Amino acid sequence: MKYSIPQEERVTSGTVACQGCGAVLAMRYALKALGDDTILTLPACCWSVIDGPFPYTATKVPLFHTAFETAAITASGIRNGLSIRGNDHTNVVAWAGDGGTADIGLQALSGAVERDEDILYICYDNEAYMNTGIQRSGSTPYGAWTTTTPVRHFKKEEKKNVMEIMVAHGIRYAATASISHPEDFIKKVSKAKEIRGAKYIQIFASCPPGWKMQADFSVQAARLAVQTGIWPLYEVVDGVYKVNYKPKTFKPLEDYLGLQGRFKHLKPEHIDHIRKQRDYRWKLLEAKVKMTEELAAEF
Amino acid sequence: MAKNKYFVEIKSIDDLPMMAKTMGSMMVNETGSWRNVYPVVDKDACTRCGICWKFCPDVVISEDADGYPVFNLDYCKGCGVCANECPKSCIAMIEEGK
Amino acid sequence: MKKVLTGNHAVSYGAMIARAEVVAAYPITPQTQIVEKLSEMCADGDLDARFIKVESEHSAMAACIGASASGARAFTATSSQGLALMDEMLHWASHARLPIVMANINRSLGPPWTIWTDQNDTISRRDTGWIQFYCESNQEVIDTMIMAFKIAEQVKLPAFLTLDSFYLSHTSEAVELPDQKLVDEYLPKYQAETDLDPTKGSPAYGSLTTDQWYFELQIKMQRAMEQAYDVILKENDLFKKVFGRSYLPVEGYRTDDADYVVFVSGTIASTIKDAIDRARENGIKVGSAKVRLFRPFPKTMIREMAKGRKRLGVIDRNISYGSEGAFFTEIKSALYSQSEHPEIHGFIAGLGGRDVTVDSAYEMIRLVVETSPEKDINWQGAKL
Repeated sequence: MKYSIPQEERVTSGTVACQGCGAVLAMRYALKALGDDTILTLPACCWSVIDGPFPYTATKVPLFHTAFETAAITASGIRNGLSIRGNDHTNVVAWAGDGGTADIGLQALSGAVERDEDILYICYDNEAYMNTGIQRSGSTPYGAWTTTTPVRHFKKEEKKNVMEIMVAHGIRYAATASISHPEDFIKKVSKAKEIRGAKYIQIFASCPPGWKMQADFSVQAARLAVQTGIWPLYEVVDGVYKVNYKPKTFKPLEDYLGLQGRFKHLKPEHIDHIRKQRDYRWKLLEAKVKMTEELAAEF
Repeated sequence: MAKNKYFVEIKSIDDLPMMAKTMGSMMVNETGSWRNVYPVVDKDACTRCGICWKFCPDVVISEDADGYPVFNLDYCKGCGVCANECPKSCIAMIEEGK
Repeated sequence: MKKVLTGNHAVSYGAMIARAEVVAAYPITPQTQIVEKLSEMCADGDLDARFIKVESEHSAMAACIGASASGARAFTATSSQGLALMDEMLHWASHARLPIVMANINRSLGPPWTIWTDQNDTISRRDTGWIQFYCESNQEVIDTMIMAFKIAEQVKLPAFLTLDSFYLSHTSEAVELPDQKLVDEYLPKYQAETDLDPTKGSPAYGSLTTDQWYFELQIKMQRAMEQAYDVILKENDLFKKVFGRSYLPVEGYRTDDADYVVFVSGTIASTIKDAIDRARENGIKVGSAKVRLFRPFPKTMIREMAKGRKRLGVIDRNISYGSEGAFFTEIKSALYSQSEHPEIHGFIAGLGGRDVTVDSAYEMIRLVVETSPEKDINWQGAKL
């Protein structure tokens, strides 16, 4: 059999993740890139449960469960605790969902990045508070149904752009990723772990129950998010933007939205809005690529 | 949790660690009981590309002596991602009991 | 070596001498001098520690938890609103059985904004599973800083010590700095039993625990608290041997032959000594008992102190709204099972930093000696 990504597994079978869970794939790939010399801190999120109840665990690295808002700061504490004892080699990784990153965890993340703590923060983004039963988060996109944005009041606000918030902090390395592109994600994690200072990666991770989608479409949906341009794959390294993959032409939005029950209620004008926003974001992204490249040459 | 080799026995309060620190593997949880369909590979069509292995969220795919995918049915949840991702569409999801 | 130090700086020197390794703190009046001094000490190389300038108190405790879990000696300091903000993580620290030490300047909670002292901030945290010391002097503060780490690291529970805002935090007193070499012998480098070292295995800490195990895990925690009482006494004996100073959980002042005893805590314990002396001059056989240890609550010593007295009094610089003062409740509860039930006055004084004067203390003594208690709450020193 061919293996396009490292073979060694650090997540076992037997997790209590839903069928087709994107979050498990994200962790599986991340740990392949990070290796054994890793400590994870895990705030309240799906993975708090996926890893398994006491006395069992599904991951093959030490994992410290922590309170919802504290992923980035607990990781900072661990990093400083290790460093004062002479250990600067262990990867200290905060592993949080979108709720624990964009909303309740944003303050701690902002503080850790501003202080340039030597941690890698990975947000697996399934676009809602899934662990508690699909409530909207700041990361829920325009148009999505959730239990707190029901169809009559579907989310009208745009998805909070945590990537850009990170870039605004002057972060050394920030990147987006998707479970549909594991090679790209693993490359980015491997690159990030070699950088000293704060790093941020946001990986798009599908959630079949939360997106009201068949489990077997899990990876396909994440791929379509990339191919329709909804979820661009890009990196920002020391302030310089780089797009990793631009589809020659975007696949029709309906291909992506149509897989998911959470978008079933959208009318043509809503899909137009999504299309316009996608086009705007790409133009802005490409402008930033050009502008930051020029600035980098000058400064 | 199955009483398989991963089962951890805690008989008395002294067996408990000081705080909730895990002592065993989630392999104790044989999630195969979740599914109602299971994957079957058509080896004639299979190119051994490894994509099914790559996208399995439950790490149930390994390879046999000839490099074809083998599914650990003790844990396979029957999500069907492998079948959906197979570029040759050579994985069928068969209903249990049929 | 003697040094004139404010309470805040006594905390800083304590952290330095105890060789704290990770300090994570957020500024709040009146604690700011603690962290400023610690920053200076780190910068000057007197303290080899990582100072995480966190962005909130909640994060301060979370950072200490991470650091302690990884095997480092962690310390923080806060007060009032900051302590209240940290509350979630205080529970996390104790349940995670991490020997973090914290200094809290007792400052009243707002609104309205206030920076002066009462004990409600820490009293509101009495159930968090932390070992809790209420300090009376700057010497006690620096000594307690050192003992707290030693005790916490043995029983695997976090510990905090308190200082009255301004009355102690900003008051200069002559303090004997414990000798570094002696401290290093008394308090060796922290060796965590469980840490996050990936070479030692890959467990998860704090996983979802059903009703199958949670109860017993908490029984273990309570047992650790009970064990802590014995460890506290043992460490006090050892501290006395090495450094010549002792701090019992309940310490009497002129109580040997007293008919009446008034229980106090914090700086009121100093003030009341003058009032006791005055009462004694007037022929009244009264003494005061300073309660230094609040958790684990020193029931045995309270019972000893209360034995054979005609009447008791308790001065609380705190109140559990809807009930009464916290020390009052705990002391009465400790005495409930005893055959003797002397009458006991409950006084609430000094909230919001209202000065508890010697005259005020004397009035409370007079009430204890001359009257029977009519209500559970006697406001003392209120003006309006």
